Amino acid sequence: MSTQTKKKAEAGADGERRLNMIEAINDALDIMLERDPDVIVMGEDVGYFGGVFRCTAGLQEKHGKTRVFDTPISECGIIGVAVGMGAYGLRPVPEIQFADYIYPGLDQLISEAARLRYRSATEYIAPLTVRSPFGGGIFGGQTHSQSPEAIFTHVSGLKTVIPSTPYDAKGLLISCIEDNDPVIFFEPKRIYNGPFSGFYDKPVEPWKRHPQSEVPEGYYNIPLGQARTVTEGEQLTVLAYGTMVHVAEAVCRQKGVEAHILDLRTLVPLDIEAIEASVEKTGRCLIVHEATRTSGFGAELSALVTERCFYHLEAPVERVTGFDTPYPHSLEWAYFPGPVRIGEAIDKILSE
Amino acid sequence: MAKSAKTRKSPARKKAPAEDLDFVLHSLQEAHEKSPKYDASDEEMLHFYEQMLLIRRFEEKAGQLYGLGLIGGFCHLYIGQEAVAIGLQSALDNDRDSVITGYRDHGHMLAYGIDPKVIMAELTGRQAGISKGKGGSMHMFSTEHKFYGGHGIVGAQVALGGGLALAHQYNEDGGLCLAYFGDGAANQGQVYETMNMASLWQLPIVFVVENNQYAMGTSTARSSAETEFYRRGTAFRIPGMDVNGMDVLEVRGAAEIAFRHVREGNGPVLIECNTYRYRGHSMSDPAKYRTREEVQDYRDTKDPIEGLKKVLIEKGKSEDELKAIDKDIRKTVSEAADFAENSPEPEPGELYTDVLVGEY
Repeated sequence: MSTQTKKKAEAGADGERRLNMIEAINDALDIMLERDPDVIVMGEDVGYFGGVFRCTAGLQEKHGKTRVFDTPISECGIIGVAVGMGAYGLRPVPEIQFADYIYPGLDQLISEAARLRYRSATEYIAPLTVRSPFGGGIFGGQTHSQSPEAIFTHVSGLKTVIPSTPYDAKGLLISCIEDNDPVIFFEPKRIYNGPFSGFYDKPVEPWKRHPQSEVPEGYYNIPLGQARTVTEGEQLTVLAYGTMVHVAEAVCRQKGVEAHILDLRTLVPLDIEAIEASVEKTGRCLIVHEATRTSGFGAELSALVTERCFYHLEAPVERVTGFDTPYPHSLEWAYFPGPVRIGEAIDKILSE
Repeated sequence: MAKSAKTRKSPARKKAPAEDLDFVLHSLQEAHEKSPKYDASDEEMLHFYEQMLLIRRFEEKAGQLYGLGLIGGFCHLYIGQEAVAIGLQSALDNDRDSVITGYRDHGHMLAYGIDPKVIMAELTGRQAGISKGKGGSMHMFSTEHKFYGGHGIVGAQVALGGGLALAHQYNEDGGLCLAYFGDGAANQGQVYETMNMASLWQLPIVFVVENNQYAMGTSTARSSAETEFYRRGTAFRIPGMDVNGMDVLEVRGAAEIAFRHVREGNGPVLIECNTYRYRGHSMSDPAKYRTREEVQDYRDTKDPIEGLKKVLIEKGKSEDELKAIDKDIRKTVSEAADFAENSPEPEPGELYTDVLVGEY
């Protein structure tokens, strides 16, 4: 990892190396730049400045301007160029500064990146990993808070990955970069610096006190398509990803509910076996995401659970999601699908 | 590219206009250079001064409220760039013309004379804000003034500006659209799609690049192959003007020339206003990508408000008169801040209004 962030890495109480999510992502990029000369990091402000969230801090200094460089503010061009680089054999890792800025690049992502393999019968591929901070809880309003993952999960030919801890962020990002398909890697920016619990009036714990901030030095990967069991429990299954993993966990802890919480980690490919096994055990399923409800990824999860686990279900599948409105500037905590709404949904499921 | 290599200084300039096919591309620049400064009356000059100072004091207060946690999220201050909005918007015909800009929009709102209270209340996300607290700092609008926002997505407003101009043309209302964007936004593809259409259809639009030298944390030299942005329209046969955006009289002078050209039905003009933002890109930007000396040099030697103050004093205004103006403005801004702090938040039911036409 870069010297700049290395200094910041703290040891936890057990003496282990602790990183926050930004440092873990920086570590993964650093390792992949080191291991594979075809890996290239590019994006708005990522080079000289080190990224607006500092995820690429020190990388240009260490790996040089041909490996880590600034681009103009041209999202369509950034992604399009990355597709061409990928087709020629490079392994670009473009950053789109906020997920809300990705839409000019949709044409390139959907019509080119996702479809190149199919239409060339695998003569050409687009092995790019588009990193992008997403999600709300930072008072960003409608253009800095969105969770557009379902737009991408709807596109065949793309993979969609969302880590929720520093350990996972590093291991998953390495797998994405090594993957020979285009991957959208959404980083929940609300939890860059600590596992936000959704109790917005309480201070956020820093990552270093969380077991998943223990990030080993050097290379490791986490295969795509494997969910992580966050807590074991028999009362209900909670399906979540990103920031909402931590919110759901905090709510269950507060209510004393023994839930089997699954952090999906990758939406496409999805670990359907883990979901089935859990719901067959608990008979109750709650799905939580920040994104708007209609045609959200929760709708897909709900359909899958109903199709596959119908005879095991003891209550209807419930969803707690963002409201079907643009992300507001004011009333953020009324909008955010936080502890109150999750708590009510849990009560409802358990009362059936 | 060095500033000395400008089109107007190329051999082409020496040709007689009739033989010079590119005459239109540099004719406005030549007119501007012949007489760069707007010949303002004392009264107008004082008004420019008051308006620029209002923006400066308003933004300073917004910065303070942000520091106190009363404004959350993203807040982009206009300090340093005041002469651009005031110089251009003072030349508009407010009954006919429309304006659209990006997210650094507080100054453009104030340039219209919109009540600072409803602007500040929008920044603090209150019901009394001009967008009912739903838009925030980046998303403010005023149909009364034909101000179309306030847009958070870099460069997206430029295409909308093309549409506003097309509507002016279609309605034959004699209006033009003033479409602002930054040096960073100038690298978005849709800007050039719009320029092509605007020129092809001879739309009444003035494109304005507010070149404040940095696209967030990346300097123009790191992100732009052509940093003389006024040239970026030449491929579409749009005349460009290179303007000192730190001098309100020069900006106004350029506006007079450009607006006349557009109103005569000659199609779009591209103005580059060279300016500088003293603060970070947004409140969360420590601005480590430039030196303190660079910022200080602009403040000390090129400040648009100090520059005009000197002219006013030469014209016989006293320091005391100008101090009294500042005092009044500080009071106005302070009242706006109190209003913004004490206004209630929107009702939760407001989350579901304004999404679609009907009930949602």
